[in-house]
Amino acid sequence: MNAALKIESLHKSFKTGFIPKKKTILKGISLSVNAGEIFGYLGPNGAGKTTTIKCILGLIFPDEGFIEVLGYPFLSLKAKEKLGFLPENPYFYDYLSASEFLDFYARLFGIKRTERQTKTRNLLRLVGLEKAAHIPLRKFSRGMLQRIGFSQALINDPDIVLLDEPLSGLDPIGRKEIRDIIVRLKEEGKTVFLSSHILQDIEMICDRVAILVEGEIINQGKITELISEKILFTEIIVSGIKPDDLAVLGGNVSTQGDRTLLKIHDEDRVESIFKLIQSSGGKIHSLIPRTQTLEDIFVGMVKKT
Amino acid sequence: MKIRTVALNTFKEAIRDRVLYLLLFFSAVCIILARLLSILTVGDRIKIIKDVGLASISLFGALMAILMGTGLVFKEIDKKTIYTLLSKPIHRFQFLLGKFFGLVLTLLIMIALMSVIFLALLFFHTFHIEWRILLPICFVFMELCLITSVALLFSCFSTPILSSLFSLSFYIIGHLSWGLETLIKKIPSINMRAVFKALYTFLPDLENFNFKTEIVHNLPIPPDIYLYSVLYGIAYTGFVLVLAMLVFRRRDFI
Ligand SMILES: Nc1ncnc2c1ncn2[C@@H]1O[C@H](COP(=O)(O)OP(=O)(O)O)[C@@H](O)[C@H]1O
Ligand SMILES: [Mg+2]
Repeated sequence: MNAALKIESLHKSFKTGFIPKKKTILKGISLSVNAGEIFGYLGPNGAGKTTTIKCILGLIFPDEGFIEVLGYPFLSLKAKEKLGFLPENPYFYDYLSASEFLDFYARLFGIKRTERQTKTRNLLRLVGLEKAAHIPLRKFSRGMLQRIGFSQALINDPDIVLLDEPLSGLDPIGRKEIRDIIVRLKEEGKTVFLSSHILQDIEMICDRVAILVEGEIINQGKITELISEKILFTEIIVSGIKPDDLAVLGGNVSTQGDRTLLKIHDEDRVESIFKLIQSSGGKIHSLIPRTQTLEDIFVGMVKKT
Repeated sequence: MKIRTVALNTFKEAIRDRVLYLLLFFSAVCIILARLLSILTVGDRIKIIKDVGLASISLFGALMAILMGTGLVFKEIDKKTIYTLLSKPIHRFQFLLGKFFGLVLTLLIMIALMSVIFLALLFFHTFHIEWRILLPICFVFMELCLITSVALLFSCFSTPILSSLFSLSFYIIGHLSWGLETLIKKIPSINMRAVFKALYTFLPDLENFNFKTEIVHNLPIPPDIYLYSVLYGIAYTGFVLVLAMLVFRRRDFI
């Protein structure tokens, strides 16, 4: 499988302060995104995700390293012809209306007038903004800006889309809609590279992820490979049991009203506790085995470094 | 094509900016005030109207060029709109030239509007249109192109306030530097004379674009002076634009 995006030992540092002091942001990033997959670039705030994306786009120049987009060197306009980008916090020309805005970018790709008009209309429909076509962006809400930003990234029917925190700042419905669009992009055969610090949003749609902490990739691969299937603990919610009996059951206990939540860490004990509750006349409301989530891995790794 | 697209967008931005209309309004006030001034003073009234009118057009044009020119690139970087723009297939120099021509187009239209007001005022006074008066305005426009390129250059690496100050200094120095020429002739030391000569060639001489007095007082102008001024304007503007592109080429947008 050929790589849609390839980064090798990318280094970047900034000079900051009055007396310039070198601050290294990226310490040798290497990754490779396969054509047609959704790749999650995960990491806490300040890890260097945006910095990496800016390097890919040639907005900042790496100190060292190699970047290839769709087989072209990263600064070539050929790569940009086939690339879409959604910036982190969508900042756009607020004096343009939504359709003028899309028309402007379409012109930069040299798209013909009639095609520009149909493209603009279709994209506004795709992101649910067809009613806002003639409203200036100044009057757009945060969510609407995110959507118009998304449509701008798709104006050239790109082969690869770079999305910087595409779901942040959206309400749950908005997040679901954008997620659906991202999945649709993949179905259309496009490659998606998205960064995020919110994991729940990402883990259900990404094929592969890389986890970035303080400018270094500490883990990358398929999500199923990163997450073990091991059961961490079992949560049982019961009612109708005397407090004394509960103490015998052991585990972590917290009570709310007449219901009690038990956290059993030892998998082998679950069976016997189950029987015990039944014999003492208690009622079991739910029993959930908890497996590891990406978040657990994430928090664990960030803590380690 | 891409330069034109950016230029048209810049033009759109400029004409949707209230500051521009404020300046246009004040320039109109000044031009009309020239009429009032001419009533209050003795002497050739037409000449006073022409003098003050042309000076107003030149001054307000320069203010427009400086205020808008310094904001142009800075705003793109500050509001981070440049991220999206440069992620499209466009070279950085195309972006910069687009900005330049967009503003030049805006200034052309503003100058035209001011000229219409000015000509109308003159017409009501003399009842005939004097087309010759447009000639110094054309040279004011050339000067504004140069000032725009300078404002653009400064705004590539500093904030609007600083670059406005720099550009304003450029404007003022540019209008005073011809004094150096007379100074040079009076300096006895050859070495000092060489230093000042070098300084004079490097410094802008915006008086090259000033044909106001000659036209107002109907003095003859040899044609090779026009030619020199036009070439001077094109060369200097081109030089400053190239400088701006070089500054812009490798800078990080953070
Ligand atoms: N221009 C800059 N100068 C100095 N430090 C910067 C600059 N830009 C970003 N940084 C630092 O680089 C780090 C990574 O930033 P960024 O890539 O935006 O992180 P992320 O997108 O993962 O949240 C942060 O610690 C930030 O403070
Ligand atoms: Mg970021």
